Amino acid sequence: MNHNSTKTKKNILIILLLVLSCLVVNIPDWVTLPWSYHSPPLKYGLDLAGGVSLAYQIDTTSIDSQNLSPALEALKSNIEKRVNLFGLSEANVQTSSQADSHRLIVEIPGIDDLGRAVGLIGQTAQLKFMGESSLSPEATSTATFADVFSLDTNISGSHLSRSGVQVNPNTSQPEVLLEFNQEGTLLFEKATQQFLDQRIAIFLDDYPITFPIVQSVISDGRAVISGDFDSQSAKSLSAQLNAGALPLSIDLIQQQHLGATLGQQAINKGIKAGLVGLFLVCLFMIGNYGKLGFIANLGLIVYGLITLSLYRLIPVTLTFPGVVGFILSVGMAVDSNILIFERMKEELRNGKEWQVAMELGFGRAWDSIKDANTCTIITALILFNPFGWTFLSNSGLVRGFAVTLLLGILVSLFTGVFVTRNLLRVLAKQK
Amino acid sequence: MKLRPLFLTISLICISASIFSIFKWGFHPSIDFAGGSIWEISLPSQPSSDQVSDIFISQNISLISLSPDSGHYTLKFQNIDQQQKINLDTEFRQLDADFSQQRFETLSPSLGKELLKKTISAIILSSLALFLFIGRRFKDQAFGISAVLAMLHDTFILIGSFSLLGHFFGAELDTLFVTAVLTTLSASVHDTVVTFDRIRELRFKNFKTKWVDLANQAVSETLVRSVNNSMTIIFMLLSLAILGGDTTRWFAIALLVGAVLGTYSSFAVAVPILLFLKKKES
Repeated sequence: MNHNSTKTKKNILIILLLVLSCLVVNIPDWVTLPWSYHSPPLKYGLDLAGGVSLAYQIDTTSIDSQNLSPALEALKSNIEKRVNLFGLSEANVQTSSQADSHRLIVEIPGIDDLGRAVGLIGQTAQLKFMGESSLSPEATSTATFADVFSLDTNISGSHLSRSGVQVNPNTSQPEVLLEFNQEGTLLFEKATQQFLDQRIAIFLDDYPITFPIVQSVISDGRAVISGDFDSQSAKSLSAQLNAGALPLSIDLIQQQHLGATLGQQAINKGIKAGLVGLFLVCLFMIGNYGKLGFIANLGLIVYGLITLSLYRLIPVTLTFPGVVGFILSVGMAVDSNILIFERMKEELRNGKEWQVAMELGFGRAWDSIKDANTCTIITALILFNPFGWTFLSNSGLVRGFAVTLLLGILVSLFTGVFVTRNLLRVLAKQK
Repeated sequence: MKLRPLFLTISLICISASIFSIFKWGFHPSIDFAGGSIWEISLPSQPSSDQVSDIFISQNISLISLSPDSGHYTLKFQNIDQQQKINLDTEFRQLDADFSQQRFETLSPSLGKELLKKTISAIILSSLALFLFIGRRFKDQAFGISAVLAMLHDTFILIGSFSLLGHFFGAELDTLFVTAVLTTLSASVHDTVVTFDRIRELRFKNFKTKWVDLANQAVSETLVRSVNNSMTIIFMLLSLAILGGDTTRWFAIALLVGAVLGTYSSFAVAVPILLFLKKKES
């Protein structure tokens, strides 16, 4: 008995420490602390934060199956670069494949202009290196820029392996560095031979971004564009070069735009509904089980704190259905308690002492709790689709729901059994 | 289990109502399934519905529905491409300079077929996984079969009820409904397993007692728990359906119908089927 009570004390201490750390994780932003600390923020999905979601069908007819997977990877990273170029670093770009059908999904939270988003992703940026042609003096006066640089070096964005910014040690001017891949290195060497002391213009989407003079033959696949750059314009050019051309063409099949105000309304309504429901559940538990119900409610509060902390720490991206999953899981969280309390009542009716009845109740109900929750976990896992199986849904909405449901079940097993049991043991001792 | 004829009648009525409604009225698929566009806009000058639909006629886009609500309009129309969207934006800006948009979605119908396929594979996979789990856990296929049949019973009635709700109240089938169906699968089995667990436990103690008596005792012992647990879930979902706003209303209602069915079927469908199978065995 003595041994048991020290164990209970230890467990209660663990619970208190856990609650305390959860409270620290959940300190709201409007509380000003004497030291610099910010609790990890809750992450909201597109439907709550507002933003744009686009789905593209990828045209893979021009490519053989061997090169498909690197091409898809390159497409994804190019689109990512394009989106990031516009300062939208929160964007989420992913490809999904099913049989012969390949899709690109771009989610950009917080932007309110669908047309602009479509424009900046859909543009078929093409990088070209064009050599200067020698025109007669008469022709030069009327020639357009494209006429002057009409000799294609056959180097394109796909030959560029990287672009970066460096500072010239002699002039302290920023420069843009180009690094070519193997094939690009050869082509570039040839081009610099051909156009030595002439200009090579670099076009992005048929728009000339720079036209440096070739000062020497370059055979190591590294080129430096120097000019009137400040660090900002050098960075932006390098980013544009990195974004390059798309290796595969894409076709827009789904657009979604959600205003941020709708999301805020939904969050507020969800919180209100959750609180009212929670109040009813607490009332119901106390009405039905008295003191036991009160302990279960304490467990429910611990449950809420732990789940919220996990949302912040993992972090879980909260969506509309995710909020519903959370609210639903609150209703399910007391299930273990109800099972246990009903068992306890039975044992009490059989004439057992309160404390014995409690321990028996927990012990006997455990089998049912375990089996029943395993079933819910199985379904939640199928919904969550952790391995990204293509014959199941990959929808962010469905997964958002599944993840809160799954977390809810796991946490409720802990609070419903471990937390309430130890709280009840304390209560039993005071009797 | 004296109530078995009553349960059978209730279930038969629900199933026939579902079949009737599905064949007579079908479903209201959302753009998730059927493809198309949904657009929520604000036009503070509050033009008439005719003015709005004229724009769609001039753009040759077939408008499916238009619901104005004091300067706020929800429009549903066919799937459109980017150029058509830009044209619409221009037209509406001309109609009302303060035109603003809250939400726009457009989906090609091919995505809908895919969603349907994925839903069916998820239901099959869940049923199979749960059947295997229960069969193993109870070391008796009869338990697995009855639990899964009860689960399919719930799923079918839930789908049927949304055909009815769609006909009378405009409930739509969308991705969230699919999620609700799959959640119902687990909720249904959840309650059934608790009841079955008790039957197994009682059978352990009194091996000679007849299955019917075991079942009676198990149901009466677990009924309070099942109903109480449903109550807590119903509280949460009901407040969500009433206070949670339009976006999640039908989702909450679908989950609610599923939760009630799950509890009902655990004693009214799963147990009678189990008894029927056991009777055949002996």
